[in-house]
Amino acid sequence: MEFAELIKTPRVDGVVLHRPFLPTVEGTLCLTGHHLILSSRQDNTEELWLLHSNIDSIEKRFVGSLGSIIVKCKDLRVIQLDIPGMEECLNISSSIEALSTLDSVSLMYPFFYRPMFEVIEDGWNSFLPQDFYWWFYEWRLSEVNTDFSVCLSYPPLVAVPKDVDDDTLRKVSTFRHGGRFPVLSYYHKKNGMVMMRAGQPLTGTNGRRCKEDEKLINATLRPGKRGYIIDTRTVNVAQQAKARGGGFELEANYPQWRRIHKALERSNVLQDSLIKLVEACNDQNHSMDRWLSKLEASSWQSNVKEILTTACLAAQCIDREGASVLVHGTEGTDSTLQVTSLAQIILDPTCRTIRGFQGLVEREWLQAGHPFQQRCSQSAFSNTKPRVEAPVFLLFLDCVWQILRQFPCSFEFCESFLVLLFEHAYASQFGTFLGNSAADRSKLSLPEKTVSLWSWVNRPQELERLSNPLYEANSLVIWPSVAPQSLLLWEGVFLRWNRSSKCLDEAYEEMVHIIEYNKELQNKVNSLRRQLAELETEDPLLQES
Amino acid sequence: ETKKRMPESTKEHRVEQVRLLDRFSSKSTNGTLYLTATHLIFVESSSNNSTSAGQEIWVSASGGDCSAGSAGCPLVIQCRNFRMVQFVVQRERDCHDIYSSLLRLLRPVSYEDLYAFSYNPKQNDQQREEGWQLIDLGAEFERMGVPCDQWQLTDVNRDYKVCETYPRDLYVPITASKPIIVGSSKFRSKGRFPVLTYFYQEKKAAVCRCSQPLSGFSARCLEDESLLQAISKANHNSRFVYVMDTRPKLNALANRAAGKGYENEDNYSNIRFQFVGIENIHVMRASLQKLLEVIGSRPLSMSDYLVGLESSGWLRHIKAVVDAAIFLTKAVTVEGVSVLVHCSDGWDRTAQVCSLGSLLMDPYYRTIKGFMVLIEKDWISFGHKFADRCDQLDGDPKEVSPIFTQFLECVWQLTEQFPQAFEFSEWFLLQIHEHVHSCQYGNFLGNNQRQREELQLRERTHSLWAFLMSEKQNYLNPFYSPAYSEAHPVLEPSTLPYHFKFWRNMYHQFDRSMHPRQSILKTILTLRENSRKQLGVTPVATSDPPAAPPTRVQRSNSNTLPPRPDSLILGAPINHKEVQRHEEDDEQEEVGEEAMESTDTERTVEGSSGTDSRKQSYGELEGTYNSDVAKEEPAVVSLEFGVARMTC
Repeated sequence: MEFAELIKTPRVDGVVLHRPFLPTVEGTLCLTGHHLILSSRQDNTEELWLLHSNIDSIEKRFVGSLGSIIVKCKDLRVIQLDIPGMEECLNISSSIEALSTLDSVSLMYPFFYRPMFEVIEDGWNSFLPQDFYWWFYEWRLSEVNTDFSVCLSYPPLVAVPKDVDDDTLRKVSTFRHGGRFPVLSYYHKKNGMVMMRAGQPLTGTNGRRCKEDEKLINATLRPGKRGYIIDTRTVNVAQQAKARGGGFELEANYPQWRRIHKALERSNVLQDSLIKLVEACNDQNHSMDRWLSKLEASSWQSNVKEILTTACLAAQCIDREGASVLVHGTEGTDSTLQVTSLAQIILDPTCRTIRGFQGLVEREWLQAGHPFQQRCSQSAFSNTKPRVEAPVFLLFLDCVWQILRQFPCSFEFCESFLVLLFEHAYASQFGTFLGNSAADRSKLSLPEKTVSLWSWVNRPQELERLSNPLYEANSLVIWPSVAPQSLLLWEGVFLRWNRSSKCLDEAYEEMVHIIEYNKELQNKVNSLRRQLAELETEDPLLQES
Repeated sequence: ETKKRMPESTKEHRVEQVRLLDRFSSKSTNGTLYLTATHLIFVESSSNNSTSAGQEIWVSASGGDCSAGSAGCPLVIQCRNFRMVQFVVQRERDCHDIYSSLLRLLRPVSYEDLYAFSYNPKQNDQQREEGWQLIDLGAEFERMGVPCDQWQLTDVNRDYKVCETYPRDLYVPITASKPIIVGSSKFRSKGRFPVLTYFYQEKKAAVCRCSQPLSGFSARCLEDESLLQAISKANHNSRFVYVMDTRPKLNALANRAAGKGYENEDNYSNIRFQFVGIENIHVMRASLQKLLEVIGSRPLSMSDYLVGLESSGWLRHIKAVVDAAIFLTKAVTVEGVSVLVHCSDGWDRTAQVCSLGSLLMDPYYRTIKGFMVLIEKDWISFGHKFADRCDQLDGDPKEVSPIFTQFLECVWQLTEQFPQAFEFSEWFLLQIHEHVHSCQYGNFLGNNQRQREELQLRERTHSLWAFLMSEKQNYLNPFYSPAYSEAHPVLEPSTLPYHFKFWRNMYHQFDRSMHPRQSILKTILTLRENSRKQLGVTPVATSDPPAAPPTRVQRSNSNTLPPRPDSLILGAPINHKEVQRHEEDDEQEEVGEEAMESTDTERTVEGSSGTDSRKQSYGELEGTYNSDVAKEEPAVVSLEFGVARMTC
């Protein structure tokens, strides 16, 4: 298929762009295979380059012969294009509609994008499992899933207990949802406790058991120790899952484990929550009461609180109780990953560095088989009934932001990094978030055909932009407050386009300025001290005194 | 020889074995309770027996009901600085004794019983007098450009004869003669006739304030009409004056039946009348009450919190005040029209709107000194009834209302939108709020200037402003940019609902578990302090420290001040008071240095302690969670009676 077939009108002059808090721009609108471009063709004005894949929905309005297209983007931006001429307007809108809803992954922009920067380090090789898991005592990297035959959503290499062989893993995989047998997610160096994740056990209505499964997870316990199973579903939901062949670990079969149920929402509910939240944020005519009531009704903040609480609980089990933890929900690809990844942010200072956080996203989301392609196919403005899309990853980022806000000096990166990941998960020129699993990415040959987001991020100028000037390495476990009074709406994402951030940005610059000035002085003092010390050793008179 | 005041005065009021409960976690501490004439002090016992106590409480407190099942008698104290303290006293008789003593001490009958009259910061009379001279309202009106060719100082109220709740010095239009003023005052509630409170020099537009007219259904007053006419004529830029009635229309209508009401546009030439709908003191009191109930004593779900926040109406009221201030500001600065603001008596909503409006219009009021001046002018001198509103004496509970707290909160909401526009940080607002209620300083005692003179506050008490000024370093906002104020003299805040946030650092000041463990503000202040010290070091060895960034020239002037020890910068400002008192009492061996280290005594705001010390539990794990109950820093809780109110 040629993109040209879909572009009915490639170019319109005299188009006016309206954006909140920014001056309007008049210029020429161009459609390419992947971009909507608006340029005034003057040197000093900004051009708008919008990826078609970033467009969530469009609306048309007509006043006389002047048509307007309202473009609602997945990054929650809303812009309006006034297009002279009804036919042009209709053509443009139907072209955008077609181009923004292409089905085939291989037509996506990352396959056409050529980097305009020098790749210093190929991001596709930056986070290899053998580099991360090699040193864990009592654990090994199994190649049982090399050809994705045991578990379609797992990567080729997974970390499992040393004493458990690949045959056992194959057997266990038949007892876990989606073949997702328990694998290592995190190893707590401080006390050697671990966090594992899996799919739900397939006990069904007649309480099927699997000795190998029991053996596998018991192999992670020290003698005489107990562990915790955190099921991200309520007891009721877990009970109901039995009827569909799923279920949960029965005490009788897992006497060394204590099960705790939490109530994290399923993905389709989360999508609804996002839609309601964004709708509330975009309505400028609210009274205070209506705003608060809509914010409440969206349940977004509740979801943030519940996810954070569950992650804190997992971290608490590991760090304070000295117990190992197994986390799962139903499939083990959504709420499970929210919990395991956030617990690591709390426990592991490495995950709070820029590189460590990339590694975490790579391990706990991309390699762990979170179906990004499905979940991020639509955002808050989708008109269709949600099926597979859900802001699972966005909620994770929101939770990280909440912790970042409470520990503003403990993260090497700043809010911009989280916003950047949100944007790229939904629409990107990079291949990192394409596909639903490692198997998909391998089939699409992404490492060969596309550029990794990490290649772009891990360059000095980008790292500088994303780094937190307040950062001071903090090796401690950081326990966030999960009281509703301590959790805020993530304005940097949800109100990003609805407010003027000029004052806040200027204050931020001022902060950076103060920090740099202090550093400069510190360096000066240090060098003078050195000089003085040198003088003292050289000058016998000073030595005597 | 120094006297040991605390043990002496508390001989009869010392109760051992008292437990202090944390309202948001199952944490508790054991200690001794002391009752002095002005404070209730809880000192945690040494840690050797706190371990066993800790375990005991673990079980009983988990239900959140301290009276059921467990031994001991609960005593809950709700403070006006929004601190909530829950004690469990072992013997019921002790508890009852403390309760009744507190009840007596909390309801002083005369002003002389208030802390301000016994508080002695070891200053001589001259220092005290200098403290009181810090704020000079005459100079403030001069700064605004008054008196001028249109406005003059009148001595009509020199002896408080025309209006006893106004100050002596008042500014009125030059064309307003004494008979007009006196006539108008007779037509206004409590004699509060229209006077100038702020003059916007650039457009010669005035902000005036008064109380409601006694118009009833049809009464009119020619003098009052001429006074408004005079205000209008004093501004050549505009042919009319806005009259802002800050009440909801319904309330104003209801007042007509009582012979009060609002201006009839037909009787006044050249006025434009406008209601802005801020609710009255009773609604505000109930709203705060509701808010405190919601956030009160138990861990909340997100939904309960948001629903509660909405149903309390608190943020809606805050928004209403800011909206009104914006209306005022636009009228004055954009249209260049003079505005007359009133409500019923002209000392609550009127004070809120006039002061907040002035703050939006004039960068001076956004400095530390200017903010003091603003409070002195629109609140203290114009007779906001601090004694009644803050319940300083045993008064009518229906007169109590958080009007001033709302004003401080409005300012805080603005600082969130304009981080560079204010010289002071949130700590300054919190500290002012604390002392409005502590009655430690004389500034806010009484209801009006006349009363304050009768009480001889300037001779017998100390001024808060002098104390705050001496601590100025602690209240600076590191992001403040005078250049920003020059470029944006008038602030134009957005009042979309999502710009109004819950002020956690005010309403949960003392709830440690709620606050971020690291604070940007604190970190930056420390950095700035370090930079200053380094500048102090470098000149010894060299003459060229790196040039200060150009826009910060004003700031680097501050290095003429002696550097303070880190602890004062890092410790929340409130700590200073503790330290001071302990020095005074020479109680080092009793409460010792631990008091200064103690994390539970201080206002916690943000970043109050290390990162690994949050002791809350996130889930129901059976009893195994006891590994680090053992050693915590001992706690000292000290309550001033001015800020305490018992609810049990």
